[in-house]
Order: sequence, then structure tokens, then C-alpha cells
Amino acid sequence: MNVLEIRGLGVDYLSGSGAVHAVSGVSLDLRRGEILGLAGESGSGKSTLANAVARLLRPPASITSGSVVYRRQDGSAVDVLALGGNELRAFRWKELAVVFQSAMNSLNPVITVGAQIDDVLRVHAPRMSRNERTERSVELLQRVGISADRRRSYPHELSGGMRQRAAIAIALALNPEIIIMDEPTTALDVVVQRDILAEIRALREEYGFAVVFITHDLSLLMEISDRIAIMYAGRVVETGTAKALHRAPRHPYTLGLLRSFPRLRGPREELPGIPGVPPDLRSPPPGCAFHPRCAMAVAECSESLPVLRTEADGEVACLLNDGRGVS
Amino acid sequence: MRFLARRLGFYLLTAWAAITLNFLIPRLMPGDPVELLVARMKGNVDPAAIDAMRRAFGISDASPWRQYLDYLGNLAHGELGRSITFFPTEVSTVIADSLPWTVGLVGVATLISYLIGTSLGVIMAWKRGTWLDGVLPAATFMHAVPYFWVALALVFVFGVTLRWFPVSRAYGLDVMPGLTGEFARSVLYHATLPAITIVLASMADRILGMRNVMVTTLGEDYVVMAEAKGLTSRRVMWAYAARNAILPNITSFALSLGFVVGGSVLTEIVFSYPGIGSMLLKGVENEDFPLMQGIFLVISLAVLVANFLADLAYVVLDPRTRQETE
Repeated sequence: MNVLEIRGLGVDYLSGSGAVHAVSGVSLDLRRGEILGLAGESGSGKSTLANAVARLLRPPASITSGSVVYRRQDGSAVDVLALGGNELRAFRWKELAVVFQSAMNSLNPVITVGAQIDDVLRVHAPRMSRNERTERSVELLQRVGISADRRRSYPHELSGGMRQRAAIAIALALNPEIIIMDEPTTALDVVVQRDILAEIRALREEYGFAVVFITHDLSLLMEISDRIAIMYAGRVVETGTAKALHRAPRHPYTLGLLRSFPRLRGPREELPGIPGVPPDLRSPPPGCAFHPRCAMAVAECSESLPVLRTEADGEVACLLNDGRGVS
Repeated sequence: MRFLARRLGFYLLTAWAAITLNFLIPRLMPGDPVELLVARMKGNVDPAAIDAMRRAFGISDASPWRQYLDYLGNLAHGELGRSITFFPTEVSTVIADSLPWTVGLVGVATLISYLIGTSLGVIMAWKRGTWLDGVLPAATFMHAVPYFWVALALVFVFGVTLRWFPVSRAYGLDVMPGLTGEFARSVLYHATLPAITIVLASMADRILGMRNVMVTTLGEDYVVMAEAKGLTSRRVMWAYAARNAILPNITSFALSLGFVVGGSVLTEIVFSYPGIGSMLLKGVENEDFPLMQGIFLVISLAVLVANFLADLAYVVLDPRTRQETE
């Protein structure tokens, strides 16, 4: 029951000093109604992947290979990368909506919040009357915990948390099947963050949309996601259920990420973290891109590129233990 | 509204400063207009006439404070003294006669230039990376070309060589000024070349200014989100991108509106257009201090008014300025 199937997707940023392979050979499924967490360091290609799926890439970024297929509820398939013009406009927001990192910047500062819900409805549901649209705007805002009179507020008159709620309300406007959330809570303080996460989970239960939740905060992902995909240097290196990943990470990189968080209780301990810096994506290291930073790397790691291999409750791309990773 | 009240207070203060400077500067200079007139008549003036002229020009030996109060009082009645060039016409009359021509020509041309230039800037930013970028070098070239050069080129090609348009005056010698269709046609006909000069010479600034801000705005998250929302390109371009990109450009527009009154001096001179710019030139040539003083005062006030209008426009266009600050 996949709603989105990404196969072998590659995205390059063309620059004077050579192409930057921001995303290469990514295959990923999004199941209907699930929350898929996408984690990785800055520059690992998670936002680029999301923008490629939403068809929001702009030059100098371009999709070089692969396919993205969207499956409707009736089973019919849509080749997202081939959509053009009006089909693409209809696909956007009706089927796939996006919540951006900072609602501070993703809301138009000179238009009221209500009007920003209204223009989506006006374009995609031209049959709705003005009153129906107003009613729907109020309903959506109230659903995310914003009072009806805030419809007339401008973004700068709302707090950070409220703005992000408003952005979520806008995303819900057309009952999309997929919502991509690109670091939706990164700019918020932890208390507000928690509220928003609870809200997202409740809304998912109610409306049944699938979520691609992007963040570099793995502990937050563990809490909210059903499944998690870990990206490194433009590739997916491990996928698995949140539980499995937490309990028994297979990729040394995942292990490193998990060890980067301090424990609240228990004895004081040294956090090993991950030494080194992410690779230059113009000329990634040969073999496994992670091997220069990997404490467990063997000679083979610098020679052959590990492929994503299906395991009991996930996938991993690591050469250790005959391709089963560290555990 | 407190914002506007504060701005208004600021402008009133600035206006007072401009008026006072306008009073002080001529009095800090050696000589006076009467001496100039006498010198021009080679001294063949009898003392009674000199005395009469001194009174006419409002030159007195009263205390500076007294003079300042008189000056303010006269200003309140719109009296700016008498022009030397057009003696004994009052400066206010000279300005009142030439101002409409300048405001009509330069004002309308500036407006046209702004509307077309801004729209082109928006479209060129939207279509960046296409053949439209080829217009940029041309715009940069026009940006560097001075007004009078454009004016001379146009006069040479369309006035002298092709004889399509008249090259001087604001209306034909054969028509009587009045509210007739014939007069209006003549005015429009005569205004065409100077207007095109101003539009051509100033539009490049608008195109480049708007395009630059617009390109930055197009990278903003809210524009990306508007696109992701599946809105029509037209709505994304105008309501999301251009609507925000216009804000920094309002100030430059206000400034250019303020300078409308100063006239495009060079354009007016090339076309012998009877506007403020031509009057200013005559004033300078004849050392006509009262006239220059009057014109400078009108220009400074116009710049202030234009800036106040820009503030008003900000309040209308940008809800963030409406926020009351405690």
C-alpha cells in the first residue's frame, strides 16, 4: 500500500567546479498514512530529495535519473516527474502539500493568513462560494488550534508556533494524501515543538495522510515516526521501523547519530559522536561514502559501494558482516 | 496611525529647516539683488529708484529676526519676492506659470517609466535564465546614458532628420492656449519627444532595481510555497513575489517623484520646454537669486511631500509598518 515510490532518484547541482551529486540512487517507499522520518546531517540531501518529489527544484538543481510514482487510492499511478503545466498544479497541494522549515518565511508577510488559505481553495476548488471558502478557512484554523478571528491577522502578528500551525492548516486545506514536512519544528522552542508534534500525530489519525518528516533531530524522529530513513552523502544508508532503528541500528552512521545524544539519567559519559566532516559531494570518496569517518571500516569499504539490502525489518547499505551491518 | 503622526511631525520639522536655510543662505552671500540690477544698468539709476527697488525686493535694514518673521509671513501668503529676470513679475507667478508644464511632462513621464520599468523588471526576474536576460546589457547601457544625450539623439533623429516631432516649445505658435481639443493635441504632440527621452533614460533604473529585488524575493520560502500550493504563475508572480519586491522600490520612486518638480533640467533645456528647469537655468544665468530661492524652496517641499506619500504608501502596502509600537 505505497502512496509514493521513489526509484533510483538522482539530483545534481550543476556548478562551475563540477556537478554536486546531492542525491544519488535513492529508492524509498512511502506507505499510505504512515509517518516516514528522513534524517541526516546538513547537506545529506534530505531537503533536496523532498523538493525533487514536490517538483520544487530550481536551476542549478536538476533531476538526472530515477522515477517518482504517486499511487492514487484507486490504484492508478501518476508519474510525478512527467507532470507538466496544469497537471502539476493540480497535483500540488491536492495530492501533496508541503510545510516548510520556517513558517516565519513560508507565509507571505503582506497577505492575511485567511487569504493564504483562501487562494488555495480558489484555485483548486473553483466551485466553492466565497462564504464556503471563509467557513473552510475558519474550520481549518480552529482545527489546528487557532481562533477564528486570527483569520484576519498578518503573519507578523502571530507567534512562531501559531505561524507553524497556520502553515499546517494551509497544508490541510485540500485533504492531501501526502504532506512533506521539512524541519517543521526546528525553529521552535521545545515546548511548542512538542505541541506541534502532538498536533501532527492527531491530524494524521483524523485525516489519514502520509507524512515525510525531515529533520536532523533523530531523537525527535524516534518519537514521531513509524519508519525512519537515514541519509548520508545523498544516499539512503538505512531504513527501518523507529523501534528497530533505536534498538538495533545496523549502519555505523546511524549508530554514530544515536550516540550523539546525551542521556538524561545514568552516569556521565563521553559522547563519541562522529569524527570528521561530511564529504565533498563533487567528488565523494570511493566505495562507501562514510568509510573515512567510520571506526569500523575495513579495506573493502573504500573499494566497493554497498547497496541497500533488505533485512528483517528494514534495509541497510553496509559491507560489514556480509552486508548485514554492525548488528 | 501614531507612525504617520510621527512621520508628519518629522516632515514639518524638516520643512521648517528647509525654509529657514532658504532664508539664511542668500543673506550670508555678499551683495544683494538691487546691486545686481544697478550694475546691469551700468549705474544710471537715481537713488530714489534704488530705494524703491530695495523696497520691492523686500530688502531692509531691519534686524535679522524681524526680517525672518517678515519672510515667514510673506511665505504664508505665497509671496516669494520679485524675479530679476522677469522684473517686475513676482517669483510666485513665474513658478505658477512653469510648474504645471513640468509636473505634466516630467510627472506623467516618470509615472509611465515607473509602471513600464517595474513591470518589465518583474517579468525579467520571473523569466531569468531565458533570452530575456539579453536585455540586461542594454538596460545597463541605458542606465549609464545621460538624459541630455538621449534628448539630443531623439531631437536629431525624429526632430531634425525625420521631422516627425517638433523640437521645441510646449505647444504650437499657431494655437491659442485654452481648453480646446486643438490645444490639447498640440501639447501632447510637443510633449512626445521630451517624454520619451525621460522614459527611456529613467526606465533602465527601474528595470534593474525591480529585477534585482525580485530575483532575491523569488528565492524566499513564501514564493516557493506559493508555487507548491499550485497557484497560477500569474498569482505567484504578482501577489507573492512582486507584491513584496515592490516595497524597497517605493522609496526610490518617491525620490524620483520629488525631483519631478525640479524638472529634468537638461531635457527641458534641450527641448526649450517652459518648465521649472528652464526657469532655473534662466535664474542662474541672470543671477536671479529670488527666483532660484523660490524654485529651490518649491523643490525641497516637493521632495518632502513625495517622501510623505511614500510613507503613506508603505502603510497601505506593508502591514508590518501598521504595527503599533509601545
